[in-house]
Amino acid sequence: MTLLVLNGIRKSFGAVDVLHGVDLSVEAGEVIGLVGDNGAGKSTLMKTITGIYRADSGSIQLDGKDILPLDPGQRRQLGIEMIYQDLSLAKQQDVAANIFLGREPVKKLFGLFPWFVDKAEMDRQAARMIERLGAHLPSINRSVGSFSGGQQQTVAIARALTFNPKLVIMDEPTAALAVREVQSVLDLIRRLRSEGIAVILISHRLNDVLAVTDRIVVLRHGRAEANLVTARTNMNEVVGRIVGGGDTSAAAAHEQRG
Amino acid sequence: MASETAQPGFWSRVQRASVERLHIRLESLLVLVALSAVMAVLSPYFLSLSNFLNILLATSTIGVLAIAATFVIGSGGLDLSLGSVMGLSGVAGAFVAVNLGWWSPLAVLACILAGGIAGYINGQLVTRAFVPAFIVTLGMLGLARGLALVISQGRAIYGLPPEIVYIGQGRPFGVPMPVILLVLTAIVAHCLLAYTRFGRHTLALGDSEGAARAAGIRVEHHRRIIYTLSGALAGLAGLLFTARVNAGDPTAGINYELTAITAAIIGGTNLFGGRASILGTMIGALIMGVLQNGLTLLAVQSYYQQMAIGAVLILAVFIDQYQVRKESRV
Repeated sequence: MTLLVLNGIRKSFGAVDVLHGVDLSVEAGEVIGLVGDNGAGKSTLMKTITGIYRADSGSIQLDGKDILPLDPGQRRQLGIEMIYQDLSLAKQQDVAANIFLGREPVKKLFGLFPWFVDKAEMDRQAARMIERLGAHLPSINRSVGSFSGGQQQTVAIARALTFNPKLVIMDEPTAALAVREVQSVLDLIRRLRSEGIAVILISHRLNDVLAVTDRIVVLRHGRAEANLVTARTNMNEVVGRIVGGGDTSAAAAHEQRG
Repeated sequence: MASETAQPGFWSRVQRASVERLHIRLESLLVLVALSAVMAVLSPYFLSLSNFLNILLATSTIGVLAIAATFVIGSGGLDLSLGSVMGLSGVAGAFVAVNLGWWSPLAVLACILAGGIAGYINGQLVTRAFVPAFIVTLGMLGLARGLALVISQGRAIYGLPPEIVYIGQGRPFGVPMPVILLVLTAIVAHCLLAYTRFGRHTLALGDSEGAARAAGIRVEHHRRIIYTLSGALAGLAGLLFTARVNAGDPTAGINYELTAITAAIIGGTNLFGGRASILGTMIGALIMGVLQNGLTLLAVQSYYQQMAIGAVLILAVFIDQYQVRKESRV
């Protein structure tokens, strides 16, 4: 069954119409690239999926269940997880503290005081989580701020995984990364797919999108302008759909080089 | 991944281990030892047992305030009203015990409660009225001091009952009561900050409010609890001070926030939140205690001591920020 189905999603802020009836479907374990120029409505669309914005009209179904009336917390419990570009990490805390922030396992000290955080258990589970992602971190006890951008991305993904998500939305995960780190983040995305987790990848880096996705959805002026199968498209076509016609060969060639 | 550069040196590994496992910055411990050594050389009285207990006794009030400062600063806040709230609490307790003549435990409760209420108001204003903590607590510094003077009509309240005086002057097993109470408070505070979800959320909040919010922590609620806790601890400090000097003095605790914040910062608390430890703060408080005690033994005028504390605060923040910048460059 299709995991996520959006039908005719509309959203406006005051007089500004941002989404004019967007249709989108995501299969389980599918990686979708969501591309479009600035202002095309990518962020707004994602926030209507996570529940931060409520769509004005249209329907959103997860596993056939209507989730439109649910708030962000309830949608997260159903398995929709979003990783923002700023990652929302507490930079001076260590890996386990970040992964379990707000949900720390507790144990009783001397069988009396029930509020003590079970640090050993936290470290164990955090290490297992990082291992599951096939990632390498210098030390699990070091502050996250001392890690590289890609390593921080790994921590953010590991935290998302602890909620057992069905769908992970990633906002520009490769935007601020060193070249060789981009590959390891793309590998993480492939890892999620192999575990049956669907990924929506928002990115301006079309090379990354072409490299890792199954399908590419182009958003333009608040509509799903195109729905392309990655294996049967190319840079030229994607760029053409993003800017909407005209001579796009120069822009496409530029992206290709990038 | 990038290949690891040169292995970190022995010293930096020891530093890292002490921070990760003991929540202590080694530098502060070294400063404490070095400072004590200098004082011991300069003054023959410094190394006596009675002087040691004197230092601890003088540190007890500041120590409790510094614990409060550690929680607030660690959560990314600031409490400038600590000294004034301490003064107000002492007066409130003395007023209840002497002027109203109520039962002594009620006076003890009045101290803690007066501080807690002042802190609660701080918290409400910071989280609901969106006035910066700096301004709210600076305002409370004036409000609490003024109220203390109003209640006491500008004069110290004398004649406390012996049970309360015992809290300040009693010496079970030869150890001053304030020192025992400081140690107990520090142990509880250390466990709270280092090992509980409350403490972890406090530091996460100071580290990144956005991350804490995204993780489902009730940020505003948490901040209100921390400011209330800070005020209640200032109330405890007020009780210790009032009991020790046997008077509810409305001018007690002037400039103590300066010393308390300095102790917390020297102990390794990040001025902007996210990193803090009670053990570190206790070392910081001891450094301040030794500094003041040593300067007194050397017959340095108290005016200069005030200058020394101010200079130490700026120096401590400078060194901390220097290290942060050095680390972020790696």
